[in-house]
Amino acid sequence: MKGIAYFPGCSLKETAKDFEISAIAVMDALGIPLIELKRWNCCGTVFSLTSDDLMHHIASVRNLIRAQEMESPEVVVLCSMCFNTLKRVSLRVNRDEESLTKINAFMNKELDYAGEVEVKHLLEILRDRIGWEQVSEKVIHPLDGVSIAAYYGCTLVRPHEVGIDDTETPTVLQEMIESLGATAVSFPFQTECCGSYQIVDRRDLVINRSYRILSSAQRAGAQVLITACPLCQYNLDEAQTELAERLPDYTSIPVLYFTQAIALALGVEAGTIPDLLAESLVGQEIPKKEETTR
Amino acid sequence: MPQPRIGIFVCHCGLNIKRTVDTQAITEALGEYPGVAFATDYDYMCSDPGQRLIKEAITEQRLTGIVIAACSPAMHEPTFRRAAEEAGMNPYLCEMANIREQCSWVHQDREAATKKALRIVNTIIEKVRGNHPLEPVEIDHVNKCLVIGAGIAGIQAALDVAESGFAVILVEKEPTIGGHMAQLSETFPTLDCSQCILTPKMVEVSRHPNITLLTYSEVVNVSGYVGNYTVTIRKNPTYVDPDKCNLCGDCENVCPESTESEFERGLVQRKAIYIPFRQAIPSSYTLDEETCLGLRPLRCNECAKVCDPKAIDYDMLPEIIEEEVAAIIVATGYELHPISSLGEYGAGLIPDVIDGLQFERLLSASGPTGGEVRRPSDGKIPKKVVFVQCAGSRDPEHHNAYCSKICCMYTSKHALLYRHVVPDGEAVIFYIDIRAGGKGYEEFVQHAIEEERILYLRGKVSKIYREGDHVIVWGVDTLSNRLVEIEADLVVLAISIDPHPSNPILSKVLKISCDAEGFFKEAHPKLRPVESLTAGIFLAGAGEGPKDIPEAVSQGSGAAAKAVTLLVQEKLSHSPEVVDINENICSGCGICVNMCPYAALAVNGGGVAEVNEVLCEGCGTCVSACPTGAAQLKNMTTKQLNNMIEVALRDV
Repeated sequence: MKGIAYFPGCSLKETAKDFEISAIAVMDALGIPLIELKRWNCCGTVFSLTSDDLMHHIASVRNLIRAQEMESPEVVVLCSMCFNTLKRVSLRVNRDEESLTKINAFMNKELDYAGEVEVKHLLEILRDRIGWEQVSEKVIHPLDGVSIAAYYGCTLVRPHEVGIDDTETPTVLQEMIESLGATAVSFPFQTECCGSYQIVDRRDLVINRSYRILSSAQRAGAQVLITACPLCQYNLDEAQTELAERLPDYTSIPVLYFTQAIALALGVEAGTIPDLLAESLVGQEIPKKEETTR
Repeated sequence: MPQPRIGIFVCHCGLNIKRTVDTQAITEALGEYPGVAFATDYDYMCSDPGQRLIKEAITEQRLTGIVIAACSPAMHEPTFRRAAEEAGMNPYLCEMANIREQCSWVHQDREAATKKALRIVNTIIEKVRGNHPLEPVEIDHVNKCLVIGAGIAGIQAALDVAESGFAVILVEKEPTIGGHMAQLSETFPTLDCSQCILTPKMVEVSRHPNITLLTYSEVVNVSGYVGNYTVTIRKNPTYVDPDKCNLCGDCENVCPESTESEFERGLVQRKAIYIPFRQAIPSSYTLDEETCLGLRPLRCNECAKVCDPKAIDYDMLPEIIEEEVAAIIVATGYELHPISSLGEYGAGLIPDVIDGLQFERLLSASGPTGGEVRRPSDGKIPKKVVFVQCAGSRDPEHHNAYCSKICCMYTSKHALLYRHVVPDGEAVIFYIDIRAGGKGYEEFVQHAIEEERILYLRGKVSKIYREGDHVIVWGVDTLSNRLVEIEADLVVLAISIDPHPSNPILSKVLKISCDAEGFFKEAHPKLRPVESLTAGIFLAGAGEGPKDIPEAVSQGSGAAAKAVTLLVQEKLSHSPEVVDINENICSGCGICVNMCPYAALAVNGGGVAEVNEVLCEGCGTCVSACPTGAAQLKNMTTKQLNNMIEVALRDV
């Protein structure tokens, strides 16, 4: 199989289409195409912490069975929330034979899950399998002079056993940003939660949190903010719309998926990018490749 | 051989044994056992009347061996063996059958426990039947003591042993003695200046005729046994002759290379040739080879050029020193948990988030700011300081599970001293709870809260970050149930105490164990707190667990008393329950030599194995490995063991 088994999740087919479009284009360009799982379903969304609540892990396990059917030892995920849920379930059932047996017994219409599929985030593939140097070499439009804030949110790095990097001081996104030629901006709120699902019934809480995140990034000099989470992206953008109305002085900042930034630098399909940003990111003058791979 | 006349003494241990084991029934049954001449039971065998009962029975019944059915031999074997000896019986003919820890305490079914107790006693009767009178092995010993580590605990231990008239070798890894105590400003709860009370002791160490001080040195190997340890010490070259150095400091002025000062906890730089602080002992400069531009080949000889007394010698080599000592006191001390591991508190990347020892240096009159509290980033006097307790302590998920014990007190002291130096400054302390157990400690904390206007907030700090000129602290006040956000000028973390990094290395060299956290393990947490499980090796200070100064000093004195108790004995004795080689059947194969964990065996010139009885611990490894059966443990021969197994399993 050339490529890697890939679980999109619901958001990527609806509100976060740009995330998927850019990721597919980037991975094609890097030579490891994403192969979408057949018949995948919702990841399960929230990992149930109740120790005897196996029912809520079934959605995730079904997706792991889809990867197993492809004879893939791993499945790569883009949305950090889906990643978090799938990874936690895989850690739970891959290690605990009793849970695995129970779940398999319950799903009598499915193949038994063998407990061997590893869940990876796309950033792990880029960092550990491809390497930032390789990414750098494929850059044709270096994002010189652009300051990009690395916003992690929570589900990419927490809890510790699931996180793809240090829980408190992660660096993977900064490394990625630097590999594209841009300036990585670290800021104190980069691992703060945006408010997540509270957007449904405690809208103000999310707006307030988002404001602190966005303004902290801007104070640190960011021109763009990147994320790996469709919900963070939604919340931050939603907040910005409202902030623009409430605070006359507030200047919005584009919130992109990290794959869109890579796609821009690699010169591949990046999804929708605000015009002004596309201009400032890629510039009118597109530098020649020799200059960039110096 | 005369018929054995064995006496059985069944102890009730109050209700500890009697509740679960029918002591009367087993006493009656044991009276019928072949070879038993006398059996009785009593409330507390270990009591004076209990021991008198045993002694009288030994004489009146002309007993040839006795079994005390009571607690673990680890508890009272010495008690009963001494009683037997007083009645004229060889102590090694007295054995204990453990029917408490291994029976009554762990069972509830009285009938089954009684049967099991009977079986246990039967096996020990079989052992006593085969026992022979033995005499303890006597050992000559040397009259020196080694102390590893010259912080306050090691200094106290060295001085006490030396004052008792014995020679002491005091080894310190750093260029000076004094340890962490030398870095402190003032000490809780009496606020006396740390250096003022420490330096007289340091001077005493350097002048004491019985103390040989080896600084910049490490213990690299230890062999031998209690009374006769052979110690190998590597003295690293300081490249400065302490006898010639006159502390003029000319070398320091011309030295072009610098690095972070360890003594000042990185708040300032020091040169490659340096003295940690003015009162350092030995009173001499040290050339740090790693920071120096280079000695081999010599890259720069500026320091030697300006050295008037010609004290600098670039050709100095490490010295290997061998010493024979009777006892070893281990006082390695502690190190702070790395600040870089505290990501939520800035991982050491925020200049104005410092650790407690750094704050001590800022408060110290001899520190880099001359006792003015000025923050590292811009030298401003901070007007709002947040102190965070339990930074890395009591956090089993991420850092250390244990309490570091001294932080509640020193944080209170820090805040108080800060308020004295900066009267218009605000001090806020985040705490989980306040542990101020110690003479005058609670009163000190109460004074700080009530009189010094220090704000104590009960709760953890979740995040610390830099924003412009300030350090922002996010915490929670669990008493008012509110989230707190403070714009501070300086944050002081009471960082958890780690065991000294040399602990794992020394634990291998000395063959003493560390606990799961890496602190040296004491022989008994309550009753033998300054002893290791290895005879002749004693523990003192924070290398054994977090401790404040009074405790470290007490332990130093305690360990010294233990070492002196050993040194004053004319001869040391060793249990005679060791292995014995039957030369007639030993084939000299040498298998036992390789198996022995104590290096107590060797094949001698006559082609048979020979035991060094002093080294043998009687573990029996060689016995099970010996293909001919030549190796036998005294009073636990294979024959005895087989008999014991047979009665243990009889009718099962």
